[in-house]
Amino acid sequence: MPQIFHPSANTLARASIFGGAFVALGAVLVTHLVIRSPYQTDVHVVKSQPVPFSHEHHVRGLGIDCRYCHTSVEESSFAGLPPTYTCMSCHSQIWTDSPMLAPVRESLALDRPLEWNRIHDVPDYTYFNHAIHVNKGVGCYSCHGRVDQMPLAWKEESMSMGWCLECHRNPEKHLRPKEEIYNLEWSVDNDQEAVKAFVQREAGSETLEFLASDEYVSQEELGQLLAAMYEVPTLGHNTPLTNCAVCHR
Amino acid sequence: MRESQHAPKRTPLNLARIRSRLEGATGPRYWRGLEELTETDEFLSYMQREFPEQADSWDDPESRRQFLKLMAASLALAGVSGCAFQPQEKIVPYVKAPEELVQGKPLFFATSMSLAGDCIGLLVESQEGRPIKIEGNGLHPASPASLAAEVVDQVNQAARADATPINASVGSTDLFCQAELLSLYDPDRSQTVLRNGRPKTWEEFQVAMVEQYQQLKAKGGGDGLRLLTRTITSPTLRSQIQGLLDEFPDARWIQYEPVNRDHARDGAIRAFGEDRHAIPHVERADRLLTLDADFLAYGPGHLVQARGYADRRNPDHPDGMSRHYAVECNLTLTGSNADHRLPLAASRIKDFALMLAKELGITGLPEPSDSLPEEASRWIGPLARDLRGHPGASLVLVGDGQPPVVHALAHAMNEALGNFGKTIEWIEPVAPSDNQGEGLRELVDDLNAGAVDLLVMLEVNPVYDAPADLNFREALLDAEGTLRVHLGLTLDETGELCQWHVPQAHFLEAWGDGRAFDGTVSLVQPLIAPLFGGRSSIEVVAAIRGDRNPDGRALVEAYWRDELGGGDASDSEGGGDTDAFSRTWRQCLHDGMIADTASQRVEVSIADPTKLATAEDFEPVEGSLELVLAPDPTVFDGRFANNAWLQECPKPITKLTWDNALMVPASMVEEASGGPLAGSQSGDVVGLTLGNLTLDVPIFVMPGHAEGAVTLHLGYGRTRAGRVGNGTGFNAYSLRSSAFPWIVPGVSINRTPQKYELASTQLQGALDGRDLYREATLEQYEARPDFAHLNQHFSARHGETTDSLYPEYDYSADRGDGWNGHPGYAWGMTVDLNRCVGCASCVVACQAENNIPVVGKREVIRGRVMHWMEVDRYFAIETPAGQEPDLANPKIAYQPRFCMHCEKAPCEPVCPVGATVHDHEGLNNMVYNRCVGTRYCSNNCPYKVRKFNFLNYPEIQLKQSELGSGFSPLVLLNNTDVSVRSRGIMEKCTYCVQRIYEGKIQSEIEGRRVRDGEIVTACQAACPTQALVFGDLNDESAQVTRLKKSPRNYGMLAEDLNTRPRTTYLARVTNPNPEIATA
Repeated sequence: MPQIFHPSANTLARASIFGGAFVALGAVLVTHLVIRSPYQTDVHVVKSQPVPFSHEHHVRGLGIDCRYCHTSVEESSFAGLPPTYTCMSCHSQIWTDSPMLAPVRESLALDRPLEWNRIHDVPDYTYFNHAIHVNKGVGCYSCHGRVDQMPLAWKEESMSMGWCLECHRNPEKHLRPKEEIYNLEWSVDNDQEAVKAFVQREAGSETLEFLASDEYVSQEELGQLLAAMYEVPTLGHNTPLTNCAVCHR
Repeated sequence: MRESQHAPKRTPLNLARIRSRLEGATGPRYWRGLEELTETDEFLSYMQREFPEQADSWDDPESRRQFLKLMAASLALAGVSGCAFQPQEKIVPYVKAPEELVQGKPLFFATSMSLAGDCIGLLVESQEGRPIKIEGNGLHPASPASLAAEVVDQVNQAARADATPINASVGSTDLFCQAELLSLYDPDRSQTVLRNGRPKTWEEFQVAMVEQYQQLKAKGGGDGLRLLTRTITSPTLRSQIQGLLDEFPDARWIQYEPVNRDHARDGAIRAFGEDRHAIPHVERADRLLTLDADFLAYGPGHLVQARGYADRRNPDHPDGMSRHYAVECNLTLTGSNADHRLPLAASRIKDFALMLAKELGITGLPEPSDSLPEEASRWIGPLARDLRGHPGASLVLVGDGQPPVVHALAHAMNEALGNFGKTIEWIEPVAPSDNQGEGLRELVDDLNAGAVDLLVMLEVNPVYDAPADLNFREALLDAEGTLRVHLGLTLDETGELCQWHVPQAHFLEAWGDGRAFDGTVSLVQPLIAPLFGGRSSIEVVAAIRGDRNPDGRALVEAYWRDELGGGDASDSEGGGDTDAFSRTWRQCLHDGMIADTASQRVEVSIADPTKLATAEDFEPVEGSLELVLAPDPTVFDGRFANNAWLQECPKPITKLTWDNALMVPASMVEEASGGPLAGSQSGDVVGLTLGNLTLDVPIFVMPGHAEGAVTLHLGYGRTRAGRVGNGTGFNAYSLRSSAFPWIVPGVSINRTPQKYELASTQLQGALDGRDLYREATLEQYEARPDFAHLNQHFSARHGETTDSLYPEYDYSADRGDGWNGHPGYAWGMTVDLNRCVGCASCVVACQAENNIPVVGKREVIRGRVMHWMEVDRYFAIETPAGQEPDLANPKIAYQPRFCMHCEKAPCEPVCPVGATVHDHEGLNNMVYNRCVGTRYCSNNCPYKVRKFNFLNYPEIQLKQSELGSGFSPLVLLNNTDVSVRSRGIMEKCTYCVQRIYEGKIQSEIEGRRVRDGEIVTACQAACPTQALVFGDLNDESAQVTRLKKSPRNYGMLAEDLNTRPRTTYLARVTNPNPEIATA
């Protein structure tokens, strides 16, 4: 009986077994990349809005505080979206004829709310609370990025569970003094002198010794101090901040 | 593979077998139903299977083959679902933000709810304009505060002056208040004004009414005008109606409630010569006798009385524990809590009252016509001695179903015992009314005589609930010259026979007022604009009086402006707080009531003792069997028939859902009885005949029911209730007569071959043969306060533990050092079995708070009921050696059962996906988005508290409640703080984790620890008797921690399984009278 397969079939078989593993691995990798890509997460994807509202102009250009519009951020789970009246408190005086603001004027005239496209949309089974974050020293910047540099708003972070947990386990990497919560430009490096002054002022003698061991106050060092001040657990994996019910109810 | 499709074979109940099983037992034996005692196959199937027959197979609506197809498809697509795009959501701000509203935070408004002459103050939570949860108003006299007084004080003291925590003023409610939320969003509510079934406008209705008004005026005194309403406590509405009657002196106003207090009224008139309302002070009564009274379940002031009752059931109460005797026909909530209960046919209770009155030395009474049954006569002596031994601290209460003579006798007894002014006080009637049954009969006579031109029916449904002998329906249909106007929440049995029907505004949509049991004026303010354009009674009466576009708010405010004074009416146009009245009014609306408006107490005395009772009152009635009617524990008089929460809430005693049934004493079905029902069992349909009327109704064998009587609850058998209520149960009104509204003598009963499937949950979730419920008498408790821990192989008392095979859980974060030196929290709960009266408010409160779906009767039968909180009802019989067990009068025990949050939770290690995990605060978290539905956790839960979504109930609920527009108003109902669960998800009590985190976040923001009483679970808030207490076990001063140290504190199965449950029970103590106990 003649051989059915040519000897080269052996090579082919080896190659395909080997290749198959790569294909499978590749598929997993591609899926992973797709899931993590802006295509899935909407990170850095600019969405159109009924009114092309520019945070860059209003925040950086005009210096309006976050809380002027997002009024409930310090006391409620929801940061709050400004009612049409808030827009009109200025725009009844300036840019009153601007065609870009026509939907706002219409909203006021017809008593019909504006409908914005939501940028940050966590799943419905996740209960995020703004108030507790800003009251514990997590600044706007940590989740929303440089909003003052966004002409049209986009999402800066993926808002995935892994991303949330990273901070819940090690919050010291992201804590800042409460006075700097709404300061989008603040960082330990940018404000090293002020941070040093803050540490001098706030830290007890023992902590101060530790902090003063070198000239530079790092984010982790500051974070540890702030965690103690604001009573934030910094326990790594076994922390009450990762209890399921913290976010899922 | 699927199990056999046949329902379990039902073994007939064999009482002889039951007796023999009980006979050998030492100590009380607790059982959930007669089926358990006979160990019928049905019961065994409940015991041995995780869920009842077929509960775990998926046979609806898809076939098994389709199931496999779907499984294959879903496996193939399992990975893909992770890549689904979230739909783009809109975010919609206000145009003009409402004052005081912080987006994302709820607001609370005080209002009040009226039910059959009672009025309860409420505090309603509104989430961005949607009312989503009803609580009691702790400031209101009819809704006692949910938290103990010392805890409220602590919370108030510690709180910043500008932010009093809302829960400090949360009061308790009954299950009806809780369920009103669902009634508000009921898609079956009527939605438009109708004229002969055709849609009309409110404007057109007003025009028609003006026409009628002018016609009546032209004819003179308005003798063709009849107004039929419920019992009205609203001062505004009463004054409006009075105004109408002043204009038309010949018009008549009839108040009619099917559950009325005619007998109490007539009894008061007999005794005092005039109608007086009683204000009983149960909290002051050392000895309490209830004669067929169900004051724990309903009636004016019942929540306050329940609180007072529970306070005195505390064995450590400084004034001593009370002793409660109940003489009643059917087992009621009240009787089931008594220390001594005597089952006595309803018509014989008057004889009992007479004998007791004589024994108490009241003279001028007639001779009894018939001797009492032996056991009853044995009671008289010791009972009278005990009552006499507590002069001024005893109390006799009578149910509204008892004839006037019993009320009169009770008044005489209370006076003779020196209770007037002490345990019972009197006020002028809050809602004066003529005899309502008489009034309705006269109305029907007038209709039949053609004397009625305009009949206005406000919020009533007499076609359904009038006594059958009045033939109200025929009278209404035959009255051709009568213009019939109906205001109702639904187009009900009456509304459909009226020319004009106006949709009624729910009380959460309307302005109004009412008076509480003690006369306190309570205000009703709307939480939401009328969903379906409804109008209130106040507005309709104004329209009839010729007001164009009446505004309920203006009418109520104008009335009180007149009454309270302090303001010039012309100022009100400005709307500001310009005058004294406006300022007072704002405060009143905030409080939900007008302070210091309780009625003055009046002195009463028995006018003429010889008139209390006559020999005629005691003439024996004909016939050997009587039918007793009573309001239903969950749908009341039928008005809640379309409320699915109440339909599915198991009735406290029978645990029936979705139906009523004829309750018959166990002796009637005994094989040996030889009666017509010998050998029958629950679910067998019988024909109940009264004269020429017959009602086919299934029976429910009720241990503890008096012999010679059968009981049927009102409120079922409706035909136009809506999609939920239609076709449920059997209409008891069809056997009610105006002469015998409550106790119908001379009925006969015969067997039919039919069977009817009853959905009773009494056997579901049974935990066999364990020491779940612990109780002792006061004497035993005083001798051994730790009786709950005797004969256990180790002590599981507070803080004491033993080795466990379950993994050690690190509680360091909530005990000892904690994190960064801050001790965490350890949440726990206690359930005081002495305080729990079994009313099931907590069941409905939990359902409302936690978005728990309703599953329907068929699913209930399959054991798929979703309630996280269940109140188990056990029968208990103690059989002294050598004696025959007395099935005729078992004791009752109630035990709320919900997730125990075990520290060694058996459910956790078996979950393959980590969907149920422990957290640092001792909570057993249930993570819905991880759950894949293996149900291993439920298998391994010794308490059977886990509930599985076999179908997508929320979705089904929405689908089935859609309106023509494809929109279901039920989407507005859900609590935004709780996830809605889909098919295939396990769920269970979370200790209201959303409330825990709300409280924790607030305290963290303020930089302090959570205060005791700051976090209140939904069940705890609703509980009228403060039986449930929640708190932080790490807080030594917390109420819950103190209670856990009580010697009565024990954990369910804690010694057997060492699960270390965080929910523990305080064992029950009863206070029997040794003279009767050993008699």
